Amino acid sequence: MTPTLTTDEIQRYSRHLILPDVGVAGQQKLKAARVLTVGAGGLGSPVALYLAAAGVGTLGVIDFDVVDVSNLQRQILHGTKDVGRSKLESARARLHDLNPHVRVETYETRLTSANALEIIGGYDIVVDGTDNFATRYLTNDACVLLGKPNVYGSIFRFEGQASVFGMADGPCYRCLFPEPPPPGSVPSCAEGGVFGVLPGIVGTIQATETIKLILGIGETLAGRLLLIDAQSMQFRAMTLRKDPACPACGTRTITTLIDYDEFCGSPGAETMDDIDDVLEITPRELAARLSGGDDSLDLIDVREPYEWAIAHIDGARLVPLGQIPKSLSSLDKTREIVVMCRSGVRSADAVRFMQSQGFARVRNLAGGILRWSSDVDPRVPRY
Amino acid sequence: MAISIVLPRALHQYARGSNVVSLDEPCPTVADALASLGARLPAVTDRLLTEQGELRPHVNVFVGTESVRFLDGLETELADGSTLTIVPAVSGG
Repeated sequence: MTPTLTTDEIQRYSRHLILPDVGVAGQQKLKAARVLTVGAGGLGSPVALYLAAAGVGTLGVIDFDVVDVSNLQRQILHGTKDVGRSKLESARARLHDLNPHVRVETYETRLTSANALEIIGGYDIVVDGTDNFATRYLTNDACVLLGKPNVYGSIFRFEGQASVFGMADGPCYRCLFPEPPPPGSVPSCAEGGVFGVLPGIVGTIQATETIKLILGIGETLAGRLLLIDAQSMQFRAMTLRKDPACPACGTRTITTLIDYDEFCGSPGAETMDDIDDVLEITPRELAARLSGGDDSLDLIDVREPYEWAIAHIDGARLVPLGQIPKSLSSLDKTREIVVMCRSGVRSADAVRFMQSQGFARVRNLAGGILRWSSDVDPRVPRY
Repeated sequence: MAISIVLPRALHQYARGSNVVSLDEPCPTVADALASLGARLPAVTDRLLTEQGELRPHVNVFVGTESVRFLDGLETELADGSTLTIVPAVSGG
């Protein structure tokens, strides 16, 4: 049944109502629409804000995170007062303030193979604003199985991608990327950084495509991959084709949802395994030795210079990981060496390499300078 | 013959910071262009091709606006002035 617009709504949406291609009928379609945003982060923020402002009647938001102060550089749904609060509570309050006519449905959970079909099944359109490959493949496969449009956006540093997948005759995410990269080979935004405005650009493109799908106007990005480079400010559209061999939308051999953590590898687990074979020293042990005046230790920091500029431990020497091989001759094999990085993963690589080169007394700083900051010296900033 | 290869920023660190690599040598196919790229920037092609020399499944190479997956793969022929765009999967959100 087509919903009617109240007097308040007519005033609120007046710039839409006088717009050819929207009008009262279009605004009623928006009010009747149900859209699910997967993730309330960088992309989910502008998506949810613009869809709420536009009058999408029911907005589902799924997330399980709490607002961290480092989110605020780009996640404009949330404010400083929300730090520590659940992202969904923050989103609900902000969206209600923006437009009380919108019903916000929240799911404080991770999207999983067990709940995806049920949650997504209740919506007309899904917007993919997730930050990991496992949830992207899950969202894609669930949308293909259910026949729902999947409005895709993804970002890294200064570059973004956007498209519309899951249309009846169009390609899906797997037609573009048949398999995820090996775990750990592609850095996340937490590891590689992201230009704060970029999710604003890409998220508003996703919101635009969603509204066009609801209204049935224009030409969507289905069948095209939009590449956005904020540095050169170039937008380029590549042609995407439906792959007849695609197991999701082509041959349809994927008939149920799989274990996507396994499909994408589990970087967390692998990382821990990798570190297990490396001798460690904890930040507290190191601090105790240094404060006792022990000068038999050499401290080597293998991060990049731009990270060193953010924070470092007094007395350490910067030797970026890539320069370790050619810097070995400047290190004293007879002395005890502690190697550190941000969280302890890169330094474990360095320790392993140095051991293979005959350094017998080299240890990894467990948890890196992040744990040094939390356990020893909070004046060292976390990043 | 001039071929341009547009690299994603995710690979700039392996490409001495450059965004576009221009190849002047003859490159009849995409494979030839990637081999020429590899001769200059081996760390870049390591991230595009498997050890068997196949395109990694999370990487797309577009010639103009068409993905080589839907042309002749790495054997796709290149015309003078072609632009190759490398598009890897990125997951940030």
